Amino acid sequence: MEKIFGRPEALQDRVLSYCPGCTHGIIHRLVAEVIDELKVREKTIAVAPVGCAVTAYNFFNCDCQQAAHGRAPAVATAIKRVLPDRVVFTYQGDGDLASIGTAEIIHAANRGEQFTVIFVNNAIYGMTGGQMAPTTLPGQKTTTSPYGRDVKTAGYPIKMTEMLNTLEAPLFLARVSVHDPKNVNKAKEAIKKAFEAQIQGKGFAMVEVLSTCSTNWGMTPVEALKWLENNMIPQFPLGIVRDQEGGAR
Amino acid sequence: MADRVMMKGNEAIAEGAIRAGCHYFFGYPITPQNEVPEYMAKRLPEIGGTFIQAESEVSAINMVYGAAGAGARAMTSSSSPGVSLKMEGISYIAGAELPCVIVNVSRGGPGLGGLAPSQSDYFQATKGGGHGDYRLIVLAPASVQEIIDLMYEGFVTADKYRNPVMILADGILGQMMEPVTLSEVKDLQIPPKPWATTGMINGKPQSIINSLGLAYEDLEKINIRLQKKYQEIAAHEIRFQEEETADAELIIVAYGTSARVAKTAMIKAKAQGKKVGLFRPISLWPFPSQRIQELAQAGKRFLVVEMSAGQMVEDVKLAVNGKTTVDFYGKLNGTIPSVIDVNNAIIKCFASQGVA
Amino acid sequence: MILESIFAGFGGQGVMLMGQLLAYSGMYEGKNTTYVPSYGPEMRGGTANCSVVVSDELIGSPVISEPSIVVAMNRPSMEKFEAIIKPGGVLFYNSSLIDVKPKRTDIKVVAIAANEIATELGNSRVANMVVIGAILKSTGIVNIETVMKVLQEKVLTGKKKDLVGVNRAAIEKGMSLV
Repeated sequence: MEKIFGRPEALQDRVLSYCPGCTHGIIHRLVAEVIDELKVREKTIAVAPVGCAVTAYNFFNCDCQQAAHGRAPAVATAIKRVLPDRVVFTYQGDGDLASIGTAEIIHAANRGEQFTVIFVNNAIYGMTGGQMAPTTLPGQKTTTSPYGRDVKTAGYPIKMTEMLNTLEAPLFLARVSVHDPKNVNKAKEAIKKAFEAQIQGKGFAMVEVLSTCSTNWGMTPVEALKWLENNMIPQFPLGIVRDQEGGAR
Repeated sequence: MADRVMMKGNEAIAEGAIRAGCHYFFGYPITPQNEVPEYMAKRLPEIGGTFIQAESEVSAINMVYGAAGAGARAMTSSSSPGVSLKMEGISYIAGAELPCVIVNVSRGGPGLGGLAPSQSDYFQATKGGGHGDYRLIVLAPASVQEIIDLMYEGFVTADKYRNPVMILADGILGQMMEPVTLSEVKDLQIPPKPWATTGMINGKPQSIINSLGLAYEDLEKINIRLQKKYQEIAAHEIRFQEEETADAELIIVAYGTSARVAKTAMIKAKAQGKKVGLFRPISLWPFPSQRIQELAQAGKRFLVVEMSAGQMVEDVKLAVNGKTTVDFYGKLNGTIPSVIDVNNAIIKCFASQGVA
Repeated sequence: MILESIFAGFGGQGVMLMGQLLAYSGMYEGKNTTYVPSYGPEMRGGTANCSVVVSDELIGSPVISEPSIVVAMNRPSMEKFEAIIKPGGVLFYNSSLIDVKPKRTDIKVVAIAANEIATELGNSRVANMVVIGAILKSTGIVNIETVMKVLQEKVLTGKKKDLVGVNRAAIEKGMSLV
């Protein structure tokens, strides 16, 4: 019998530590499939964040460094500078990248560092138990915004992709979602482009992936996918924000 | 052949590192160590190395983490307030057991403090600074030549134990110029680093650079292993220098710039007929406790001189353990002890300790 | 032999250069030397100073509490450092800019109208070299030819090569004053 579907080589044969219904699993798989398709697994080095994906080194079947909270872009910068012919990517959540690590991501992007960023935005802190994130929606209830995020005192959700688009150096910036099969396919295309940009030595690339956290949102996985579609996408519009084929402008 | 050239301490930090095979430098400007990144920014591109002026000290130390984890000899340098910012990264580096060198050309604190030289970061350097049960190997040079030598030793020792090394200097050492002999480094002693994340090429098993031990038993095992390593370091990496201690009744204990001042004060006191010696710890951690204990058991008394309110004096007292007296003379941040000050402190010790 | 010296003046008078010149010359003659600049905000205006030790022995403290010579190129510098000169030491002061007399009687005092002399020599910037000449003659710490070698190798390079002559003239003039 012909095998038509299997585990990507870039994923280890382990049970993921994520909650049932969490879309981290889909995003891990997409990244792994892309790494396999580009045949770069053996020369890939992943940088894991602090957050739910802290143990991503147990799931990706490649060399990994686990970085301090928010510092993955600084760590990845140095890895890529030491090993310029390797493929380096960071995998970061919204607290990691858009809150504590804003300086690191902005400056790595601004230097046009040649690595790929997978930015998983689920509008909440997952691992610490559902606190308000910089990307939490206005009015969204979390354990630290129990009355709903009040934009007057807690500000508005930060649009990292658009913010990085104000910089000259980044080559490829996109926001995708994984709430349905059509969007999963689009997400994979974007992730592939982001890795290709690096492999071709063209520059910095980031893909923001809208993701669910059914546990901390207090929903079933199916409800969470609907909630993402109805609430997050209007706030965080999907699409390729920057794609500079010829290299950085 | 060896050249004798005039060098500023900060330049010696940079040149010493390059000669030790360090081609990756990550830093952020702060006085009084700015000549280190400036020198690196000029020299590293010439030899195919990488200099990055990071967006912050926090980022710089995490770049060191990444580079060291990828197998390179890497370093950062800063001064006191900047080193405080690096403490998170240093704890991670110690936890992930990455070899690297961190330089602190220290200045006065607390807070923004001042620019004048200081030794008030001794506790931070030797007793933690960051979180967790970790140790830095801390080396304290007292001359520009010793800076060159210890940069090399620092990288070799870091690699040997997979442990971060801190070079603790001060503003005077960073800013002063002295002639140095630059001998050619023939053996860089860079060991193979199969643990580094260089990719799973040619069947290399997966490398993970990590300081996480979520399961309680795992974390205990990690810490037991680390403590074993620290004991090993403590047994083999003690460095100190003694001058005229054999017939001394009073021994001055000082490191770095204070030791230089103390040496001249000692010479002055000897001319005044006082039997004084100098004990200069070079490794501040591991601290040369055993040798101090031996000297205490031989009946020597001690005077600790520091540019601080008294930090290393605690380690001297622990080593002496009540066997003899330990006096202290300290200059607080912003001022440097003068030869006259230290000489007066010596005379006072002889008077109060009844040492004739 | 050990010489412990402090050079002080305002920014632009070349006091750091004087100190470095002495330190390099000491090294060229195989001696031990240390040079410590004042650093930080005081670099930007106000007084600048540096401490230089030249010795045949290994040097202990690079920080000097009792200098054997002090060079004061302006009045605030003299006011700051006159008091700490070792008894029997020498104070060289720039009488072109300092209109008061030193008070100490237990030290040797050498007044040098450095700015006027430099202007007479045709280059107001060599005032510091006039004082260097006086130090060389007075202390014998290093040879003028060593100083000229350092100047030619480290300072008066490229376009400044033409200034070798006036610098030598300034040093020689300074030597003739003591």
